[in-house]
Amino acid sequence: MAAIEAATGAATGTATGAAAEPAPSALARGPLRPLLRLASRLAGLLGGMLATGHAAAADLPEDRADAVYHSYTGGGVTANGPALLLRKSIDDAFSVSGTYYVDSVSNASIDVVTTASRYHETRIERGAGLDYVYRDALISLAASNSKEPDYTANSASLDVAQDVFGGMTTINLGYSRGWDTVGKHGYPAFSAAANHWQYRAGVTQILSPRWLASVNLETVSDEGYLGSPYRAARVFGAAVPETDPSTRSSRALAVRAVGSIDAASSVRAEYRYFWDTWDIRANTVEVGYSRYVEQQRWLLDGYLRYYKQSHASFYSNDFTTELTYMSRNRQLSTFDDLGLGAKATYSALRVPARYEIKLNAALERLRFQYSDFTDIRTGKNYSFDATVLELYVSATF
Amino acid sequence: MNAERPRPARPALAPRSLLALTLAALLLGGCAIEPWVKPYERERLADPIMKPERDMLAEKHHEHVYDVREAARGATGVQGGGCGCN
Repeated sequence: MAAIEAATGAATGTATGAAAEPAPSALARGPLRPLLRLASRLAGLLGGMLATGHAAAADLPEDRADAVYHSYTGGGVTANGPALLLRKSIDDAFSVSGTYYVDSVSNASIDVVTTASRYHETRIERGAGLDYVYRDALISLAASNSKEPDYTANSASLDVAQDVFGGMTTINLGYSRGWDTVGKHGYPAFSAAANHWQYRAGVTQILSPRWLASVNLETVSDEGYLGSPYRAARVFGAAVPETDPSTRSSRALAVRAVGSIDAASSVRAEYRYFWDTWDIRANTVEVGYSRYVEQQRWLLDGYLRYYKQSHASFYSNDFTTELTYMSRNRQLSTFDDLGLGAKATYSALRVPARYEIKLNAALERLRFQYSDFTDIRTGKNYSFDATVLELYVSATF
Repeated sequence: MNAERPRPARPALAPRSLLALTLAALLLGGCAIEPWVKPYERERLADPIMKPERDMLAEKHHEHVYDVREAARGATGVQGGGCGCN
């Protein structure tokens, strides 16, 4: 019964949030309207989850500290920097976390070298989170702020994970809201807004003592300035300013399965289908294998990821007629990418039930191959290789 | 000879109602389901080897790399930061 209350209550909360606008009161018509709308959605989700009645408890995430060096190199772009995470439980019910993430970007990508000059900039993202366990539910609140010279992004999110059927099934519901401000170098008067709404729902199911499966659906809606003030489209070979629609709505449905082969190894497979109102369709497939060696001193992971998408309805490498919306953003073109990755985790120091320190290294090699985006210097379809690296120390305590 | 009058067609169950009924039936049925994997049988499922996304910051970095180069987004299980930067 508790499961039904949780499921129906949460579903009502989500549906209320996604439904048409409520009748506006004087307060709701004022500047507090977005906040009230967000609060009503959060209350709906929380109300559903708090209506449960199990005695068992969900687990808080474990206390941990991570220090990461991350790097991306490929296609003329280098982005790297440190990232920090600290998570600590306050008592048995609450856990707080903070993140600090720096991206130092040097951009000489094909878009930049063919239409502008290379640039350097730094993006800093700060995040804070609060997790709360109530009976079989884990409720997570998070907020973040990302700043770079010409782009500011703020977001807030609420996620609820509810265990049902004796812990065999976990239902996840989440909502995020994003507020971005887009600027332009050298044009202090240029300022545009972009807003984002994300709704997600998922189910994770224990299938057997060795197998887990999950299904996740996420919708994202955007409104505002969704293009780039720097990028150009081409009409008969001549550069014209890019014009993107001011709304976009997308859906992504993912299914995953993870299985334990034996006590020391596991396999996983994942498929995601994506579609949006810009006519983009994408498929992602990923398979992976993990194995302990030397009596769990080392944990090794390997994976293969393949992604393929079709282009947006308003994308063209070179337009032959002028349209309302025109883009030559290669992120919206037809392309595929293949990634091969590996990760090694070494348990450097471990005191059971007290703390553990791990050293980690992860490397992924990617190849992007475009079908309808050309390098205008050569006229050939563009392609590039990229390397993603993470080196980090993680401590759990 | 009485010609049979055509009866008004009975409205078919709307797909949404059918879906709601199916979900309700599944949930009601679920209450009677005994967990077929007991808590003491879940040791392997709780092992870190079953959680490929176990390190949040590293996952966040990977998702950011994909997000700014691919059009697809969402349903990854990783909370995004809302950054639209390229």
